[in-house]
Amino acid sequence: MRWKAVVTWTFALGAVALGARFLERVGLPPVSLLETGLLAMTPLALAAVGECLNQKAGLVNIGLEAIFMVTATVGVWFAEVGRSGTVGLLAGAATGALLGLGFGAVSVYGKADQIIAGMGLNVFALGFVPFLLISLWAFPGIHVFPNELMVPRIRTPLGQVSPVTLAAVVVALAAHLLLHRTVLGFRIRAVGEKPEAVDVAGLRVDRLRLLTATVGGALAGLGGAFLPLGWFGALVKEISAGRGFIALACVVFAGLEPLLALGAALLFGLADGFASAVAVTPGVKERVPFYFVSMIPYVVTLAVVAAVIGRRRFPSTVGRPYARE
Amino acid sequence: MRTPRALRPLAESLATVALGLVAGGVLVWAFGHSPLAAYRALAVGAFGTREDLLETLAFATPLMLTALTFAVGVRAGLFNIGAEGQMYLGAVGATFVAGMVPMPAGVHLAAATVAGMLAGAVWALTPAVLKAWRGAHEVISTIMCNWIALHLSMYLAIHFLAEPGRAERTVPALPTARYPVLSEESTLTAVLFVAVGFALVVYAYLWGTRAGYELRLAGENPEAARYAGVRPERVVVLSFVLGGLAAGLAGASQVIGRPPAWSLYATLGNVVTLGFDGIGVALVGRNHPVGGILAALLFGALAQGGRLMEYEVGVLSELVRALNGIIVFAMAVPELWGMLRRRLAR
Repeated sequence: MRWKAVVTWTFALGAVALGARFLERVGLPPVSLLETGLLAMTPLALAAVGECLNQKAGLVNIGLEAIFMVTATVGVWFAEVGRSGTVGLLAGAATGALLGLGFGAVSVYGKADQIIAGMGLNVFALGFVPFLLISLWAFPGIHVFPNELMVPRIRTPLGQVSPVTLAAVVVALAAHLLLHRTVLGFRIRAVGEKPEAVDVAGLRVDRLRLLTATVGGALAGLGGAFLPLGWFGALVKEISAGRGFIALACVVFAGLEPLLALGAALLFGLADGFASAVAVTPGVKERVPFYFVSMIPYVVTLAVVAAVIGRRRFPSTVGRPYARE
Repeated sequence: MRTPRALRPLAESLATVALGLVAGGVLVWAFGHSPLAAYRALAVGAFGTREDLLETLAFATPLMLTALTFAVGVRAGLFNIGAEGQMYLGAVGATFVAGMVPMPAGVHLAAATVAGMLAGAVWALTPAVLKAWRGAHEVISTIMCNWIALHLSMYLAIHFLAEPGRAERTVPALPTARYPVLSEESTLTAVLFVAVGFALVVYAYLWGTRAGYELRLAGENPEAARYAGVRPERVVVLSFVLGGLAAGLAGASQVIGRPPAWSLYATLGNVVTLGFDGIGVALVGRNHPVGGILAALLFGALAQGGRLMEYEVGVLSELVRALNGIIVFAMAVPELWGMLRRRLAR
């Protein structure tokens, strides 16, 4: 198995190197591509890692898109009130935690159909976010906030990187260690596989699942607030543009492993970065219709989902409520 | 609190809608408006005059179809949330035939309708095939297809279907490809009957034929279906195609069955979110084609009444969509009313 992985990675790196060469030749600078790719990776990675924890414990929250949309809006509002992008990020995480907790409570205590509850969140956000935009700024369109509210980026020799991106990497590592090296992580995995056993052992199934739902929501909320405050510098109602579902694709791709989810997020982030780069690079943008460029992240996601799935194993109770016999 | 057994689903659906209305009222109140004034305007806007009632029916037409898409998915054990994208393509297909391919009257209208339905069904094939043969989760694949459909449809609308000199919309449907307007004072057309008819046909198909029975069996008890020799791939494709036909018709209905534009806006403004709205409609209608028709009337009233609410009270009509989401969220809890009933009985 080991050598197979080595071969795969060699090929992957080789492809990346070749790709970078090619990009330089057609006039797309690979460094700026990587910069955008890392920015695009960040919300995906945060939400995907949170959802990995969630699903390991047996909950499936497909309302990540809703959390992105709502926390992006709430985050900007708090950033303006608190005059700081960091305040906005924290408010986003807190709002996401609340939404995650609400979803968890309905799933655990209401024994809800989680897919429908998650979709309910998404439909709710579709209406609530425009309503919120009008209520907060009296304008339904794009809302540009002062530039100093942006979370400052760190300069490195290779380009700029957001501290939130670094945080996302740390979070993925921490989630990996939590799941595989700690007692709590063992319990989280157990509650997804055999909730009866966890229950018999005297642990609270409901609290463990509420915990992962809340943490998952908080991470997605951080990612949502990052969209305007760490990346775009403006807010529109369609800001997340399906990224919540791309994060779900990362989770599926990763088979619920946080580190693999980080990798998947980087892959999809690069696809997103590639699309953004193509859309603005002179010489390229004239030749490719903008509409097709915009499709790239979704086509890549569709292709990856089609190629990977079917071979992943999920916890035995994922998506099903637990009821004592 | 005793309701006869048969009426229980109806009572529960209505109670959930009421719950959604209360939650929406709290939202309205939290942002400094009067919920009573808002709901009064909403009710007047939806039912106030004959014209409003007809308009409510016009809003209900696409909703019963996108609800059908979701319902047929659920009946087959699938979570098809791709009505949105299938509907865009349906609108594009109908616009193309209705606006650019001249035909004799009668044939033209039918051809445009069928073109819309087929375009929707074809768009539904990608997630269907990925689900049936690759096991790709339909939630992710349908959403990705929705976004691809959005950009593809805008591209087609602007580059191939645009009306010369009017960048904001496509060519209008030729007069031979327009559903007759039922009343000059509203935008309701005869496409309503086609929508209701299609829902009834799907109902008859699902409950009256072998293939329909197999589809429902696969949704209710996949194990039993497998033992009975039902091929799961067939069920998946059938369910997606039926859903795609319905969604395509929904898209077509907004182009060839809705004055005054008779065309598709370049931003897809006259169709967006109708697909997602259908999810709540389907759930309130208990994932039944006939239930979907009834629920669509209710949501149509909310959509039509929402316009007056926005105009008179200043509460954005998008609130209706937030309300829809709350209703879906509440419908996810199967035990909600059961739990309540037990509490009350004690």
